[in-house]
Amino acid sequence: MTSAHSDDAVIEAVGLGRDFVLSEGPLFRRRRRTVAAVRGIDLTVRAGEVVGYLGPNGAGKSSTMKMLTGILTPTSGSLRVLGMEPARERTRLASHIGVVFGQRTTLWWDLPLKDSLELTRHMYRVPAADHARRLAELTGLLELGPFLATPVRQLSLGQRMRGDLTAALLHGPRLLVLDEPTIGLDVVSKATIREFLLRLNAEEGTTILLTTHDLGDVERLCDRVVVIDHGSLAYDGDLAGLRAAVPVPRVLVVDLAEPSPPLEVAGARFVRAEGPRQWLELEDNPSAVIARVAAGNEIADLTLREPDIEGVVAALYRGAEPRPA
Amino acid sequence: MRVYSAVYIAGLRRYSTYRAATLAGILTNSVFGCINAAVLLALFSVRPLINGYDAADAVTQVFVCQALVATVAILGPPLDLGERIRSGAVGTDLLRPVPLLGWWLAEDMGRATFSIVFRGVPTLLIGTVLFDLLLPGTAGHWAAVLASVALAAVIGFALRYLYELAGFWILDTRGIWAVVGLVGPVAAGVLLPLPLFPPGVADVLRALPWASMIQIPAEITLGKESLPGGSAAGGLALQAGWAAALLLLGARLTSAATRKVVVQGG
Repeated sequence: MTSAHSDDAVIEAVGLGRDFVLSEGPLFRRRRRTVAAVRGIDLTVRAGEVVGYLGPNGAGKSSTMKMLTGILTPTSGSLRVLGMEPARERTRLASHIGVVFGQRTTLWWDLPLKDSLELTRHMYRVPAADHARRLAELTGLLELGPFLATPVRQLSLGQRMRGDLTAALLHGPRLLVLDEPTIGLDVVSKATIREFLLRLNAEEGTTILLTTHDLGDVERLCDRVVVIDHGSLAYDGDLAGLRAAVPVPRVLVVDLAEPSPPLEVAGARFVRAEGPRQWLELEDNPSAVIARVAAGNEIADLTLREPDIEGVVAALYRGAEPRPA
Repeated sequence: MRVYSAVYIAGLRRYSTYRAATLAGILTNSVFGCINAAVLLALFSVRPLINGYDAADAVTQVFVCQALVATVAILGPPLDLGERIRSGAVGTDLLRPVPLLGWWLAEDMGRATFSIVFRGVPTLLIGTVLFDLLLPGTAGHWAAVLASVALAAVIGFALRYLYELAGFWILDTRGIWAVVGLVGPVAAGVLLPLPLFPPGVADVLRALPWASMIQIPAEITLGKESLPGGSAAGGLALQAGWAAALLLLGARLTSAATRKVVVQGG
């Protein structure tokens, strides 16, 4: 929270909902059915927060993102972003936020990257000196130098994503909305982008809201996690809290000296075996279980696996599954 | 306004990267121009005067048409907007602090400018080398032609914008192109100069927006009295009226579309 106005709510949603009307059935006998993509979401994001917005496909993530940026009108509830009503003031809001959809580009396909970046200067009416300073800064941080003069269609996905991020940030937005910013990128490109986002948040206090299926993004970037499932909020809090809310057992991986029948040990449940290696879900204190396993077997190696966030979110989805879609 | 001029220049530069396509386009337009001219010359050798058009008028219209047809894009290509609506990429267009219509107008005028200078002018020059064309003799007359071409390009844009905007409601606009791709060239005077139609039919077609893309600019070039009000001024007024009406309709439908309609895709 580096911002001087850290109490400012950047996003305020109360009872936010969006229904879609679907027509189905054969022609002339079409029936209309209303489906709630998002229902009754209460969400407040304050200046300087980095919030991960997670959920399975079809949970309502993209619909929420579209409402936040004003390209989809909510059917219920109220929504304010930077004090504006997005759907009504879309064009004005657009001057104050930066948006990157990982699977789309705002860059001009046939033109050199620098031409698209130059265009944003006019789009957001940034004074030439400010633009030049910021472009130099971002060029350094995201290492754009070698391909600024390359037509966008010839850029690699990682280069294009860095170009898109730059285009979204040249006007110094207070809120950055990212929809799967690391999708399809290799490990090095992901790391570059994550480091950059952390720095942006720390140094400029830019509020960041991102959706992702890459839980490395969440673990590295987000101090707060919001999970949406079937259109409703399933969790809102920090990562540790999410892990506590959905206890996923730790797993003990035991490499025995030779393949053996499944271990039967008090305080642990056998999961699977692969040759001499066995996986045990811990229900008890690990040291007690290890002692019991060691008492009856020769152990070559041992690893204790903490549940990763992927497992935690999956467990949360499963817990919510019985509700009608 | 700076943003529109920047988009205009980006549009111009974008199309200037398609050099081979431009050369191929000049060749296509010239060949079609020669074929059409030969057919019409054969017709006019039998009937030297049809509803005020003689052979030289008809051949001139053929080459004005071939010079303009890519600029007004009456036979396509469609605006990228349609594909962007279908794929949902229009979402990123709507996230710019610039109105959708103005953005696409500026880009398309960049394309049209490149097209008229590097495809239209060479095609017309080839026409003047191969045939005796009736081209304007005064600067004022040329100015009227230039204004008419500019208005034709705006109308060409506005119509294609409307065709593609329909994609917000019907999703796929290829059906619209299947219809307007047939009706448009006939109504515009691409297939045949409109005076070759029965006068009643020609008068109706002349009043429709498609004629303002080809037939009206051709008649302004020829200085015909068949123009509305009998002069270039009347023709320009008709074109300006269509340009304004279609752009206004486009702006209205844009706000209706973005208010009611769903942007596709996750």
